[in-house]
Amino acid sequence: MIFDLVPVWTFILGLAVFFYVMLDGFDLGVGILYRFAPDTHARNLLMNSIAPIWDGNETWLVLGSIGLMAAFPLAFAIIMPAVYFPILVMLLALVFRGVAFEFRYRDAEHVTFWDRAFHYGSAVATFAQGIVLGAFIQGFKVDGRHFAGSSFDCFTPFSLLTGVALLFGYGLLGACWLILKTEGELQTRSRKQARICFLGVLACIGVVSLWTPLASPDIAQRWFSWPNIGYLAPVPVITAVLAILEWRAIGRDEFAPFLYAVALFAMSYLGIGISLWPMIVPHSFTLWQAASDPSTQLFLILGTLFLLPVILVYSGWSYWVFRGKVRADIGYH
Amino acid sequence: MDLDPLLLSRLQFAWVIAFHILLPAFTVGLASYIALLEGIHFFTRREVWLRLSAFWTKIFAISFGMGVVSGIIMPFQFGTNWSRFSDATANIISPLLAYEGLTAFFLESAFLGVLLFGRKLVPRWAHFASAVIVAVGTLFSSFWILATNSWMQTPTGYKLVDGRFFPVDWFAIIFNPSFPYRLGHTVVGFYVTTAFVVVAVGAWLIRRGNYPTEGRLMVSMTLWLLTVLVPLQILLGDLHGLNTLEHQPAKIAAIEANWERTSPTPLVLFALPDQKNETNHAVIEVPLLGSLILTHSRDGVVPALKDYPRDQRAPVAVSFFAFRIMVGLGLIMLGVVALSLYLRLRKNLTADWYLRLCEYVGPIGFIAVIAGWTTTEVGRQPWTVYGLMRTADSVSPSLTGTDVALSLAGYIIVYLIMFPAGGLLMRRIVRKGPGTGDETGPVESGIPKHPVVGVPEGHR
Repeated sequence: MIFDLVPVWTFILGLAVFFYVMLDGFDLGVGILYRFAPDTHARNLLMNSIAPIWDGNETWLVLGSIGLMAAFPLAFAIIMPAVYFPILVMLLALVFRGVAFEFRYRDAEHVTFWDRAFHYGSAVATFAQGIVLGAFIQGFKVDGRHFAGSSFDCFTPFSLLTGVALLFGYGLLGACWLILKTEGELQTRSRKQARICFLGVLACIGVVSLWTPLASPDIAQRWFSWPNIGYLAPVPVITAVLAILEWRAIGRDEFAPFLYAVALFAMSYLGIGISLWPMIVPHSFTLWQAASDPSTQLFLILGTLFLLPVILVYSGWSYWVFRGKVRADIGYH
Repeated sequence: MDLDPLLLSRLQFAWVIAFHILLPAFTVGLASYIALLEGIHFFTRREVWLRLSAFWTKIFAISFGMGVVSGIIMPFQFGTNWSRFSDATANIISPLLAYEGLTAFFLESAFLGVLLFGRKLVPRWAHFASAVIVAVGTLFSSFWILATNSWMQTPTGYKLVDGRFFPVDWFAIIFNPSFPYRLGHTVVGFYVTTAFVVVAVGAWLIRRGNYPTEGRLMVSMTLWLLTVLVPLQILLGDLHGLNTLEHQPAKIAAIEANWERTSPTPLVLFALPDQKNETNHAVIEVPLLGSLILTHSRDGVVPALKDYPRDQRAPVAVSFFAFRIMVGLGLIMLGVVALSLYLRLRKNLTADWYLRLCEYVGPIGFIAVIAGWTTTEVGRQPWTVYGLMRTADSVSPSLTGTDVALSLAGYIIVYLIMFPAGGLLMRRIVRKGPGTGDETGPVESGIPKHPVVGVPEGHR
């Protein structure tokens, strides 16, 4: 091989996961907030704001998992069994919330079974993803090329915390999406919800940022040794600035809150990346050790470099078609 | 009882794939049918086609949603339950799966949103194009997933190093020997499945009397399609069988429950295969026919189970019966099609008894697809990669029986809620009927404040 494609694949996979978190993040977030919608009218609005785009958003999850298998198969083979139950719970929860779009009675005056399925499905899937994240950061017990621990190892105080963190995080994205897509009373309500979630996110970012270096000397070394501390200082500084901007935007702007929320996610994501680099199975395998065969990487990159921009264009177009404030009196039913 | 994570993982995979396959079996064909209806409406502007399309689009939305959520589960199965298989084969199969996502899933989901919600938001041609693109997306998806499955059945283009597979020739990997036959047989099978459902619904609409025009259009047009596809499917099945005989003879031996080499080989119509004692009970067989069908010659020898060690034989009874169910249903389909031609000649296609028959055979394709899938998947056991990697060596080593018992229970409970609920919902839509174009017209979700430029008059 002339080119080392591992950095390229790291970037693409990182991008796919980030797109997933950003996009399904807001529609799962809308699901989390759905429970607090005041009436049928509001529920229809919330549902309609994401109905045309949710399955495109969820497709990034498929791409993320298959992308991991394609680019870093060893990581896929170790991590997936290690997070067996969170993945199971996430998938089952996604089933409920996914079919709820079609199954719920749009004209029902009361909250139906599928309304609940939509809310709890979204919340449980989010929490489970948070547990996967926490377990990933903490690392896995590995023997040779296999996960060697128990399927219950992934449930730790830290992973429960990241589960809660993601609930607030997706809730924030969902609320910001609704600020953008709704108006009047519902928008005011969304702004309040965004504030609450934002405070939760801030608290969680703080605790995780203290917990990880305290629990892992490697991560502490990475951030606090000289000269790293100089290079990396902008990360917390920019995060703090974004937090202030987000707080102010939530009260008055329409699009900015969503943008800053995404930026906050990006900074947290970057922070985790810096802590773990260059490991893809923390403590065990680097990106290069877990990478697939160069021929596999090459075969897939050729199509991906062509297809990914095309996907972004037509996905963008489908968002453009459904731009503007959402209305409730509609739906193709 | 001792819980075996391998057995339970196999049951789990069988459970989730059996339910999942029902949806592409229906949506692949339905997407093409909707694209066709949209196309006819686009060119003729006759309103009845719009009504038909809107009607089937509602059913499509539900089945597609179920297909998405049950489909997302599938790639995770490779990781959670079959991690050693993933580690060994990822270099080969993962790009194929990734291309499925890149070429099909995004295409389908993005344009489905426009198909369902965007009729009034985009120009007519763009809406029609969206319907076509969704249909093409489902076919791309079939292409890649069947390439993957076929490679596992008839692996080529690889080299094996330390128990892991590495790519040598991508063309040989994708266009492996069984792929063209499997692709043809499966996709036509999916079209046939959808067509029988459409015929059944049309027949019901005619018999109930509220929507005779719509019902007749569905029944007549779709039966023409079946008149071509059912014989074609039987031919493709025969070719696929010959291909299997060449590349997976042990599977043929299991399908035919053929224990000993004999010439000429009889065709076993019915038997109770006894794997332990290597024999069949209660046999009904036709002399010579086995050789004729499988080798297309009078004295051809069909592979026998005893050619292979005991630990390399598939579960005989399951393969044997699954195959016979599939073929039997195929013959029933052929009968239904033949009757339609006879009735057309007598200008009596909508005879009450025939419509009733069409209603009964509505689900026939689903059963045939499941039976066919069972034949090919059980028949290739005990291998995940045929002849090279055993199913027993593919399972995740960290899993305990309890882990998998819990997850299997979860999948069973959730599917037993979701699938009947989806079925009931679709039944409700059918009972409402195609209605009028307006009432069922797809409408926008997020509507711009100003009018959309480029929407022709009379279409807003």
